[in-house]
Amino acid sequence: MSSTDISINEDVHHAHEEHDHHHDQNFFEKYIFSQDHKTIGKQFLITGIFWAFVGGFLSILFRLQLGWPEATFTFLEPILGGWIENGKLNPEFYLALVTMHGTIMVFFVLTAGLSGTFFNFLIPLQIGARDMASGFMNMLSYWFFFLASVILFTSLFLETGPAAGGWTVYPPLSALPEALAGSGSGMTLWLIAMALFIVSQLLGGVNYITTVINLRTKGMSMTKMPLTIWAFFLTAILGLLAFPVLFSAALLLIFDRSFGTSFFLSDIYIGGQALAHSGGSPILFQHLFWFLGHPEVYIVIMPAFGIVSEVITTNSRKPIFGYRAMIGSLMGIALLSFVVWAHHMFVSGMNPFLGSVFMFLTLIIAVPSAVKVFNWLATLWRANIRFTSAMMFAIGFVSLFISGGLTGIILGNSSLDIQLHDTYFVVAHFHLVMGAAAFFGMFCGVYHWFPKMFGRMMDEKLGFVHFWLTFVSVYLVFMPMHYLGIAGFPRRYYTWTGFEAFNVFTDMNTFISIAAILGFSAQFIFLFNFVYSIFKGRRATANPWHANTLEWTTPVLPGHGNWPGEIPAVYRWPYDYSKPGAAEDFIPQTVPFSETQSSNLPQEKDFE
Amino acid sequence: MSTSTTLETPSTGTWDGGNEPLKASYGKLMMWFFLLSDAFTFGAFLIVYGLSRHKHLPYTGEPEAFTFSTQWWPIPEKVFNAFPGFHGVDLPLAFVALMTMILILSSVTMVLAVEAGHRMDKNDVQKWLLWTILFGATFLGCQAWEWAHFITGTEEGMMLADGTRIIGANLTVNQYGPPLFADLFFFITGFHGTHVFSGVILLIIIFLNTVYGTYQKRGHYEMVEKVGLYWHFVDLVWVFVFTFFYLI
Ligand code: HEM
Ligand SMILES: [Cu+2]
Repeated sequence: MSSTDISINEDVHHAHEEHDHHHDQNFFEKYIFSQDHKTIGKQFLITGIFWAFVGGFLSILFRLQLGWPEATFTFLEPILGGWIENGKLNPEFYLALVTMHGTIMVFFVLTAGLSGTFFNFLIPLQIGARDMASGFMNMLSYWFFFLASVILFTSLFLETGPAAGGWTVYPPLSALPEALAGSGSGMTLWLIAMALFIVSQLLGGVNYITTVINLRTKGMSMTKMPLTIWAFFLTAILGLLAFPVLFSAALLLIFDRSFGTSFFLSDIYIGGQALAHSGGSPILFQHLFWFLGHPEVYIVIMPAFGIVSEVITTNSRKPIFGYRAMIGSLMGIALLSFVVWAHHMFVSGMNPFLGSVFMFLTLIIAVPSAVKVFNWLATLWRANIRFTSAMMFAIGFVSLFISGGLTGIILGNSSLDIQLHDTYFVVAHFHLVMGAAAFFGMFCGVYHWFPKMFGRMMDEKLGFVHFWLTFVSVYLVFMPMHYLGIAGFPRRYYTWTGFEAFNVFTDMNTFISIAAILGFSAQFIFLFNFVYSIFKGRRATANPWHANTLEWTTPVLPGHGNWPGEIPAVYRWPYDYSKPGAAEDFIPQTVPFSETQSSNLPQEKDFE
Repeated sequence: MSTSTTLETPSTGTWDGGNEPLKASYGKLMMWFFLLSDAFTFGAFLIVYGLSRHKHLPYTGEPEAFTFSTQWWPIPEKVFNAFPGFHGVDLPLAFVALMTMILILSSVTMVLAVEAGHRMDKNDVQKWLLWTILFGATFLGCQAWEWAHFITGTEEGMMLADGTRIIGANLTVNQYGPPLFADLFFFITGFHGTHVFSGVILLIIIFLNTVYGTYQKRGHYEMVEKVGLYWHFVDLVWVFVFTFFYLI
């Protein structure tokens, strides 16, 4: 009950002006069980980076298998132990690798790592609050995530292997231990980890939403909020509505697996013997899963939308083009993302008429997505672009989002999807539009807000090298996959050399694998830059990018409570860059119109 | 140009920041948003119920001639027709109607507790919370009986083609119809029951806090309001569970 006890005092965040002279926190309070949103954000970031390297490493393992199907990998034996026999990867382990790669990347890196970091770090700083609404629940949210991480990580070391039925864990594959070695305890741990993960998401979600509603500083109206906050706010709502449905599906699956119910199982024969389960429907699971799953892909990408919008306008030194259209398109995407889930199920035997309804709704999503892309391009158009590392990643994001979005429109056509479903075309689509793009959004955010997080700058030269290597290798990896997919090359196959038709693709697969190894190696440049800059980076000034938003009005390393004095009030929107007549090319949100009379527009004269 | 002091102050409309635009503390907002997400959890279960039921054939014969069979979904009135102390008497849905009444009554007493909290009337808050706890616990007791009865089954049970009988129900076999009927019954009423149980625990905690005067000292009974929101939500969910399982 302690959370609720402290939560009553709603004006604590506005009233406690002098936060700096409270008692010294000990090490545990400060770095481990911290309730400070900035520390929690960093905890999410570092855990996320750890997971990203694990997930990336797993993908290199299966790329080795795909790129050199005939080779023997004896050098991997010390790491993989029993999973590799005479240098040959165990086929079930291959499936486990794909599954864990997907789960880790989608949920643990691009959901928790991305949202957890930037929502926690930026929401209070950008809306002008001392902390999250409930610091205690925020801390719990991290520790539930941590627990989920530990459990998922442990499952990698089980003798029978981790879950192996794909990141979508469709039953009956995932429901019957007889189906796959990984569907035994590996799957059980997967489900427990996911349940804890969802609890963490919900604790975080209600916190983000209420903080944005109730703790904005004076003058910070909804239409003066930075687009980052709008994106985070809507993402949190999506998560709050979508994750509970995955929770339901996971619970039902747990019952099917462990207690003999038949929600998702029916008419299954193993070795000629009928199982007792009858009456359930595996398709039902797919519906429940994708009702979460599709919003989930937007939960991954919308925070990146917000971060990129912010970074693009700051470094273009121009107001964002179409601020309200940006908010409107976010809302449109958020709404539509709940009514398109069955486009993942076009070939599940669904009624073709229903398929055409979902096809129609799916294709509508392209409209708000295009609005966003045009607005970014219009913001960049004829701008005085400052090519910081963050800006490079922001522009890279836009490029990837366009390339991947176009193939989405192709897949959204149910008739085309019959050919393309479960091929590498889908893999190419979602890695460009979601995987790579969201990673770019995350890098963009890290490079941009690093000075606020650690009080030092990251190295720009290394940032450049990191960007170009990553950007080039992402395209080299995923562009060829489109061709593989069109040729019918299936995803999640351990070996494909048995099929005459696919042997011509040996070179292409080797090429992709080499590019993937290059891309993965480039991430160590980032890792080095990140760790080195925390300790040895050039010291940052309070507002190194000359940005308008509130976080840059705090001291270089904001203490507990963020602003030493009173919280600043807000007078204007965050995008007054290069305003004609202004003394400088940016006017922070905290500057009242009365001080900028030379640059005020006619309609702003009233505010003077 | 104007030099009045207003030019230095930010705007102060409902959504202009520095206030609570929805006139609710963040604690209450959190409860609302949690309930919204919980509604989606229950929504998913009820949809699973609807679709599973749709997948099975309904019983089409005369109601009098109804027998339990895995061929069709049972008629709820024929399943839930027992009442403690009235062994062998056919009282369709009587017991569950009583349970529903009890839960609705508990919602009424909860409203009264919240209202007493607004008046800062400690004694009344205590009294109505106690009634709410009592009704909530009674509901759980009734559910336990209902489950026990459902698990034990009737003497006749269900006759299978090979002449054996199934008596009672659990997660794998079910005398009343297809196994899924029992699976869903246990799962959904169980999930709801867990919510009621947690609610009763919360009520006991705030009852004790009220008795110790914690809220009186704090100057408001908002905690009672928050738990009240939860309690009403759980009641509302029951109305849906009841409708799905027992009425249609
Ligand atoms: C123009 C908008 C988009 C359309 C029309 C679209 C359409 C589709 C369709 C029809 C599929 C299913 C293909 C199949 O399995 O046969 C698909 C898969 C996928 N899409 Fe998109 N998409 C769009 C944008 C996005 C975005 C923005 C993201 C993420 C940020 C995304 C992430 C994914 C993922 C993760 C999958 C694969 C899931 C799996 O089977 O493992 N898509 N998309
Ligand atoms: Cu989708």
